[in-house]
Amino acid sequence: MQSTTLQHPPQAQSPWRMPRPTLRFWPVFQRNLLVWRKLAIPSLLGNIAEPLMWLVAFGYGMGALVGTLTINGTTVPYILFLASGSICMSAMNAASFEALYSAFSRMHVQKTWDGIMNAPVSLDDIVMAEMLWAAFKALFTVTAILGVMLALDISHSPKLLVAWPILLGVGITFSSMALVFNALAKGYDFFTYYFTLFLTPTMFLGGVFFPLEQLPPLVRAVADWLPLANAVALVRPLFMDQWPTNALHHGGVLLAYALVSFWLALGLTRKRFGQ
Amino acid sequence: MSSPLFSVEHLSKRFGDNLVVDDLSFAIAPGECLGVIGPNGAGKTTTIRMCLGLAAPDGGSIHALGLQMPRDALAIKAQIGVVTQMDTLDPDFTCAENLLVYGRYFGMKDAAIRARIPALLEFASLTAKADAKPGQLSGGMKRRLSLARALVNDPKLLLLDEPTTGLDPQARHLMWERLQLLLQQGKSILLTTHFMDEAERLCSRLLVLDHGKKIAEGKPRDLIAQFLEPDVVEVFGAGALATAEGPLRALAARVEVSGETVFFYTDSAAQLLQALSAHPQLRTLHRPANLEDLFLKLTGRQIREEA
Repeated sequence: MQSTTLQHPPQAQSPWRMPRPTLRFWPVFQRNLLVWRKLAIPSLLGNIAEPLMWLVAFGYGMGALVGTLTINGTTVPYILFLASGSICMSAMNAASFEALYSAFSRMHVQKTWDGIMNAPVSLDDIVMAEMLWAAFKALFTVTAILGVMLALDISHSPKLLVAWPILLGVGITFSSMALVFNALAKGYDFFTYYFTLFLTPTMFLGGVFFPLEQLPPLVRAVADWLPLANAVALVRPLFMDQWPTNALHHGGVLLAYALVSFWLALGLTRKRFGQ
Repeated sequence: MSSPLFSVEHLSKRFGDNLVVDDLSFAIAPGECLGVIGPNGAGKTTTIRMCLGLAAPDGGSIHALGLQMPRDALAIKAQIGVVTQMDTLDPDFTCAENLLVYGRYFGMKDAAIRARIPALLEFASLTAKADAKPGQLSGGMKRRLSLARALVNDPKLLLLDEPTTGLDPQARHLMWERLQLLLQQGKSILLTTHFMDEAERLCSRLLVLDHGKKIAEGKPRDLIAQFLEPDVVEVFGAGALATAEGPLRALAARVEVSGETVFFYTDSAAQLLQALSAHPQLRTLHRPANLEDLFLKLTGRQIREEA
């Protein structure tokens, strides 16, 4: 009854409206950076220890059995094949961990986001900042691993400079995807599903450990559309000092995953916060 | 009264079939402390969330500082300070870093924030704790750090949602002293509380909410005079309940029973007290009517458990 007297009936906003991030995302990003700076060294050790173990155990262990592989007519040692794939996997894992467990801690456990939204910062800015932050952490991890790979002389292709921004893009894709699940999570347990049902199969079907040509045609068809397989298809040739073929296609797939996921993540997060 | 700093007109909010805020209107004048009291689930926190643009109203309008919610949410929030029921301090940062990081959300330059930090810590009596993290602070210190954080942008208006819940009396008194200081400096405050002494001490005007509706509004003393008899005699002890039905009843304007205690509300307690002296086994407490009586009269004595 009272609503008949309203002068300004507020417009109900759809959570699926266009994302409207602004530069106010920067102080949120800066906040995460400041926390991380305090823990950077242990965090770095944790982030690069696991990928290096894969590299040493599989690269040198399996590498001795496999010897060399022929990719696009070029024969390469197995460790180079593995290194170029596993760096994409590292970007994927680093971004996913940060955008799931860490973002969820800030959003749900510590209520950091609620505190930030009492200041003139919108939820769009926060989700944007979290997405870029997780991508930055992936880039940081990847940079450290690249340094180790250069030191081990696994590859010294100058085209690795191009791999670097591509790996940032891989981080953006996987952090956007992870934020979708962050928006839906009731607790940390939920993320186990994402890791075991999506990231682990992705790891095996992404062309990290063996060429996708080994797979049966049906599985291969699925694998070709996985974001990790497209990332590897872009990065591996660069390790071999070649330019990737179908770069636009692979880049387009990653971009599509990133855009759709970010929009979905933002919409679901707005719903979660009743905005 | 000067034009309001903040005004809410015909605000309503629904969660499913549940109308949690129902045609609520109020205004906050510059320099005023408006208290919002009401049982759990009365709609206090939802109202504050709508005032901050964090929840969309289903009807009504909110104006602040010449701007309109939710359209100008960010511009309004730039001039408001907020202390929520639950602390949202950053556990990884020291007190000083908490203030620095929060100031950046307002677009303030680091140098400008750093210049304010010593005074803010001093105001919160946390100067010695500048390098301590929230985990090392007591409950009262955390709340004062939250208050200092809400002041980082030098706001005109503070929205405080139960700022003293869970504090011991010493910590509560220190918080009250600080809030009074802010009022003297000309800041306006919207305060929700469950403590009637807090409401009476700090608030120039009160809003009583129940089931999302405004059921009373006015100055604390005026409300008590308007709704209640001036004197209350509480009677408890063996056989107290029988007095509620006996001849004593005629000596009071109104009688309420709660648990094992009988409350006699009266305009003049002398006759009643004399009659009660004939029952030495009963214990009596004679006192002036207060806000708590008002609150219980208006909202009832039933426990409100959150649904």
